[in-house]
This record gives sequence, structure tokens and C-alpha cells, in this order.
Amino acid sequence: MSVGAPRGLASSGQKLITEILHPLSAAEEPLSPGPDVTISAEKDKEPGLANGTPLEISSPASASVLLSRLQLDGDPEADAHDPFGSGEPRDLFVTVDDPKKHVSTMETYITYRVSTKTTRIEFDLPEYSVRRRYQDFDWLRIKLEDSQPTHLVPPLPEKFVMKGVVDRFSEEFVDTRMKALDKFLKRVADHPVLSFNPHLNAFLTAKDLNKRQGLALLTKVGESVKNVAGGYKLRARPAEFCAMGEYLDMFSQKLGTIDRIAQRILREQSEYLTELREYGAVYSAWAGSEEQLQRPLEGVAGCVTTSCGALEDLSDNMSQDFLPVLREYVLYIESMKNVLRKRDQVQAEYEGRLEAAVLRKQEDRTPIPVEVEKCQDKVECFNADLKADWERWQRNKRQDFKQLLTGMADKNISYYEKSQAAWESLITLLQEKQTEDKTSETN
Amino acid sequence: MAEDVKEESVTSNDESDLVASDGSLNNKMLTEGSCLLRRMEICVAEAEKRSGKNAVSMQETYTVYLVETRPMDTIAEGRNPPPDSLWRRYSEFELLRNYLIVTYPYIVVPPLPEKRAEFVWHKLSADNMDPDFVERRRIGLENFLLRVASHPVLSNNEMLYHFLSKEHGWKEMLYETGFQAKADSRLRALSATFRVRSPHKRLVEIKHYSDGLQSHTSQLLRARTRVADRLYAVYKVHGNYGRVFSEWSAIEKEMGDGLQSAGHHMDAYAASVDDILEEEEHYADQLKEYLSYAEAVRAVCRKHELSQFELEMASQDLISKKQQREELATGIVRTFSLKGMTNKLFGQEAPEQREAKLSLLEELIAEGEETVKEKTAECNEHAEKAWADIIHFKDQKDKDLQEALINYAFMQITMCKKGIQVWNNAKECFLKM
Repeated sequence: MSVGAPRGLASSGQKLITEILHPLSAAEEPLSPGPDVTISAEKDKEPGLANGTPLEISSPASASVLLSRLQLDGDPEADAHDPFGSGEPRDLFVTVDDPKKHVSTMETYITYRVSTKTTRIEFDLPEYSVRRRYQDFDWLRIKLEDSQPTHLVPPLPEKFVMKGVVDRFSEEFVDTRMKALDKFLKRVADHPVLSFNPHLNAFLTAKDLNKRQGLALLTKVGESVKNVAGGYKLRARPAEFCAMGEYLDMFSQKLGTIDRIAQRILREQSEYLTELREYGAVYSAWAGSEEQLQRPLEGVAGCVTTSCGALEDLSDNMSQDFLPVLREYVLYIESMKNVLRKRDQVQAEYEGRLEAAVLRKQEDRTPIPVEVEKCQDKVECFNADLKADWERWQRNKRQDFKQLLTGMADKNISYYEKSQAAWESLITLLQEKQTEDKTSETN
Repeated sequence: MAEDVKEESVTSNDESDLVASDGSLNNKMLTEGSCLLRRMEICVAEAEKRSGKNAVSMQETYTVYLVETRPMDTIAEGRNPPPDSLWRRYSEFELLRNYLIVTYPYIVVPPLPEKRAEFVWHKLSADNMDPDFVERRRIGLENFLLRVASHPVLSNNEMLYHFLSKEHGWKEMLYETGFQAKADSRLRALSATFRVRSPHKRLVEIKHYSDGLQSHTSQLLRARTRVADRLYAVYKVHGNYGRVFSEWSAIEKEMGDGLQSAGHHMDAYAASVDDILEEEEHYADQLKEYLSYAEAVRAVCRKHELSQFELEMASQDLISKKQQREELATGIVRTFSLKGMTNKLFGQEAPEQREAKLSLLEELIAEGEETVKEKTAECNEHAEKAWADIIHFKDQKDKDLQEALINYAFMQITMCKKGIQVWNNAKECFLKM
């Protein structure tokens, strides 16, 4: 394979466990990023390009990625049904639920039930149910990042909470965290490459997660990317990656602003709520000293109280559902920027080595070493993976924010509706009373 | 209270036979219970700024209000004559009100709109010259005139009529009545409250009620101010969403339009709070009216206590004089007295002196009995009339405040509807993202 030949597809380092345990076989592996390993069931379904050229990949995930590429781009229908996917048929379903507290002499912690349903052959059984704690998710994420450094790994909710400031065992905190963990796992499961990662498999299926086991599962690409030599300076970053970096910076900034605004609104709403409660109480107190006006005044006090309750619901929703998602995206962006930086490093190394090799060739006709070609492959592989993941991330981001903001609008609408209903029923009551009074007057 | 509806107009300009001894109009066509408002359309139409030199020759700016009146019968006949009008300052309204308070001590005199802006939520101006304040004051002054002119007793007052019709010289006429001398000193009134022995039970209850009314309405007004401040903040912060959505839309491709439009709706949301709170000021004004009314009710109760106190003093005086007479007549000293002591020490007086003293005492006692009779009648009359007017006030208060609460509920519903509309608009934009 000559350096510079276009490579195909967005799939890297897919290995079955059996392959990985034989690192010596790496030397014989072609430079193609696609795995040589074929999965027998899929062989018949091997797709080809329109002109009949067979494809060199055979992992089901990359096949379906190609398929979706050949389909209409950005199909809105697909988005609506499958907000995380890109139109692929789903064969791996995961859920995180059922939080439980575990108390031991050493520590207290929460575990969550992770349920899996799948038809994939990588899994021995069609269903699994295991219990995992946050540490386990953290382990998984690190493993995914390490073994698939060219891909964007979704973020986890924040690890550290200040004890004493936040109650780690409160229902709201646990619920918020659980939703974020569920989202994380779903995003991973929907990713065409990450979902086949053996660490994920272990996470979903192993009775006891032996985290030390992970070391042996490092992929070849992962290793090579990890060992990128530092000290190379990047000449020219391709425009699209520049654009990505700029976009991420600005987007992150906007998200930060929105977070601050949302928090400020919550603060102001809380103060408003305090004053509103006192306000309602004055009406009640006044009602006590009136006769005819007692019911109307009590009525107003009641409406104010209802509005207070509705406002509390709104604020709770915003702090539990809205803010965490914003923060999650900020974390997501941070990890994406890291991936971009790594890509830069890989490209820099390639350019550096290439330059050195070219110079040497000019001097003493030494041919360009294979390592340099390998570097080029790495770069192109990385770029391709990143581009595909970027597209996917943009689609998901659009869906997520559409959902998030629509949710915010809905919650506000619900608040006003509740309040309006209370006041309307009061008016009916008071107007009835008015007609009662009038008729008793004329009688 | 049955009111005869008489569509008479006051035609006579000769004031001398118009006025009865208690200051009420003595027009033969007038009967007890008809009121000025039936005969005359009254409104406070406009407000204007004026500049002039005040009493101490300093330049001042003040606001005058146009009081327009039209006789009802001409309107009924279908003619539409231009109204008679004159300009009055707030201080002149105050003067009129003080006159009415002194002249009718047993009537709950309707209050004026506040002298200075109070219970102000921070964005609202506390400036008396602020156009919104002036407008609300205009409405309050009109309300005052309408209430006075529809009151069965107050509407008959001659000074009221002159206030409405005689631009110049009205003040002088008012001062000539000498009402200011009749105004009670607050100290006297206050001491009477503490020293009165048998106050009118029902009026004492009313006084406690008015204290409660005052306390509750002022608490409510304060709480409302705080709520308004907070609500304002909540709405305005949402305006920041408008800005950030706009900035964000610039870096997005497909999401850009939806975000941009949604941002505009957030701006609209933030702006909507100004109208909402301005509307609520009218509700606050209604509460303020009854806050002042509570003061007026208490004034009536206090006046009665003063009357009662004076009656008790007069009775006490009469009793002691009668005792003196008895002592003088019988020579028996019942109670300790200086006279008795000196008698013991220096011997009793000569019979002629005693006779003189006795006859003087008899005169004084006769006078005293008259006084007590008058004061008792006055007190009872005062109590009766006060009670009647207070019942009238209570009914009016119940109706007015119920109306006010219903209007407040409508305001809240409007606010909710606006909120729903804006967020629905924003939601549509988000769905198009």
C-alpha cells in the first residue's frame, strides 16, 4: 500500500479478544485500519460499493455506517425515531436504573442496575443484568478513551461532589446522576465503534468487574496513539479541524453563559418564591378579621399558594433536568478538545518523521521507512474517525438541545397553566358569590 | 338607604338662602338623601404643570387638576353643553377634606390619594412629578369627588358645591367658616381615648377592626412591593437568554434560525413585565384607598370617644356641684373638701354668704344639667350617625374590595396567558431548530 492512498472508513482498532491476546500477530497485520477479523454471520451480508468493488471491512458496525452514508444524509425522520443513532438498526439496548444504597464498614455507596438486551453475537446471552457503581462507569470511560483515542467518548457526570455541600445520597442527586449515567451508556451503545469495544462488553456482562483485567485489552491503535512522541510541532492543521476547534471554544463559552443565566434565574425565582409565600400569608391573616371578605381573601391566599407550588416544581425541574445536561455538554466539549489535540499530535509526529525521512532520502537514498507510512495511516485513520464522530456528535447535539430547550419551554408553560387554572376557578367562585350577594340584597 | 332620584339642577346663585345652619344646602327641592352626583356629572379630566411663587415667594412647580362639572338634567335632555371647569391643586382637595372631617365628625370621609408615593417597588418612580404618578393621582382625586358627591350626607355640603364651581375665593370662603378652630387637637383626642370610662362598645369594636384593616392593608402593600421587585428581576434576567441565543445562533448552521427567533421571544418575555406591574399599580391604589379609609374610620371612633369623654367630664362636674350644694344646704360634709376643712377650722360662714353661694350653685347646676343633656344628646346622635355611616362604609368596603380582588385575579390570569403565549412561541422556534 502506498503512502497517500485514500483510505476507506471510519472504523479503527476493532479487535476481538482472541486477536488481542496475540500481540505478535501485529507485525503481519496490514496497515488497513479495518480489522481482518471477520464475523462469519456477517460475511454474507458484506456490502459493496455501487460499482461492485468489495469493501475491505467486515465488522457489522462499519458496514452499517457505510450504508447510512450512502443513504440520504441527515434524514430528519431518522433523527426523530433514533436520536442517538444515525439510522442504524439497533441491536444493543442498555438501561441504567434502580439505584440502591450499600452500606459497609468501610464506605457507603450507591449501585445502579445495568440491564442489557442484545442480539449481537459478541454477547453470549441475549439479556444481562448487573449492578455497577460510579467507579465502574469511570473505569469504563477511561478504558474507552485509552483504547479508542480517535473517537469521541461521551462524558460522565461529575465525579467529585463536595461532601457537606451536596448530599450524595439525596433522591434528587442520585436521580440526576443516574439519568446522566444512563445517557452515557446509551450514547456508547449507539456508537458504531465504541459499542463493540470489549471493555463495554465486560462492563455489561461480567458478574464482578475485575478492573485490572483491562490492561490486556488495549488495542493496537490505542497503544500507538498513546505512544505518540511529543515534541513535534504541527505545521498546518486542516481547515475543518480548525473550524471544529473554534466551534467548540465558542460553543463551550455560550454554554457557560447559558448555565450562568439559568442559575441566576433559579436564584431570582427562589427569592420570588420566598416573598410570594409571605404575601399569601398576609391574605390569610387578613381573612381572619373579615366576614364577607373572608372567602375571597382565603381564595386569593389559596391561589398564591398554588402558584408557589407550581413555581417550586419549575425550579426543581430546571435544576435537576436542565442544568446537568448543560454541564455534561461542557464536559463533552472538553474531552473532544482533548481528542483534537491528540489528533494534532499524531499529525505533527507524521509530518516531523516525514520531513526527516525525506531529508535522509535526499542525502543517502535511504527509502522512506515503513514507520512513516504507518504514521500517515494513523493520521488518516484518526481524521476519518474524528470526522464521522463529529457529524454524529453534531446530530446528537442538535437533538439534545432541541429536546432540552423544548423541555424548558414546556416546564414554564406548565407552571403558568397551573397558576392560571387556580385563578380562573377563584374568579368563578367570586363571581358566583357576587351574584349570590346581589340576589340576597334585592330579596 | 333609599335615595330619591331627583333630577333637579341647582339654579339659584343667591347663596344666602341656600345655606342652612349646619352648612348643608337648603334648596327647597333638595331632600335628605338625594346626592349631588345625581344632579351633576363630575370628573377630573386633566392634569397640568404650573409654576408660580408660593407663600414665601419661592419659585415652585406644582400640578393642577381640571375639575369638570355638567348639570345632569341638560345631559338627560339630550343637550351636550360644554362642562364648567376649574383648576384645583392637591392642597385644595386636602383643605376641602379637612373641612369635611371637622364639619361631619361622625362621617367616614372618603380619603384622598396618597400625598407622597409610598410602597414603591424599585423601578417605579417615587417622584410626585412622574407622569404615571400624576395620572394615578388624577384618578384618585376623581374617585374622591365621586365618593363625596354620592354620599347621602356629605353631598349636601355647600363648600363642596363651591369647590366644584367657584375657582377663586373658595379658599377664603372656607376659612371664613372658622372650621380650623374647631379641629381637635390630637393630644386632646388621644388623652380622651385613655381616660374615657364607658366608651361605646360597638364603636370600640369598630376601632379595633379599623386598626386591623390598617395593619393588614399596609402589610399587604409592603409584601406586594417586595413580590413586584422579585418578579421584575425574574423576567428581566430572561432577557439575557435573548442575547446569548442570538450569539449562539451565529455559530450554528441548522439550529441558527430557530435559536435566533427564540431569542427574540425571550426579549419579549423580559419586556412584558413592565406592563404587568404597571397594571398592578391600580390594584395597589385600591388597597391604599382602604388603608386611608381605615384611618378615617378610626378618626370617627376617636371623635366619639372625645365626645363621650367630654360628656363624662360634664357629668362629673355636675355631680360634684350637686354635692357641693348638698353640703352647703345641709351643713354635712360627706366627703373631704377644702371647704369642709376650712369650715371646721375657721367656722362656718354667715348665712347671707351661704345663700349667695347656694343660688350661684343652683345656676351652675342648671347650666350643667343643660350641658349634660346637650352633650348626652350629641353623643348619642353622634354614635347613631357614626354607626349608620360605618355600616354604609362596611358594605361599600366589602363590595369594593371583592371587586378589587376579582380584578386582581383577572390581572394574574392575563399574566399567565401572556407567559404561556411567549413560551409557546419560543417552543415552536426550538422545535424548528
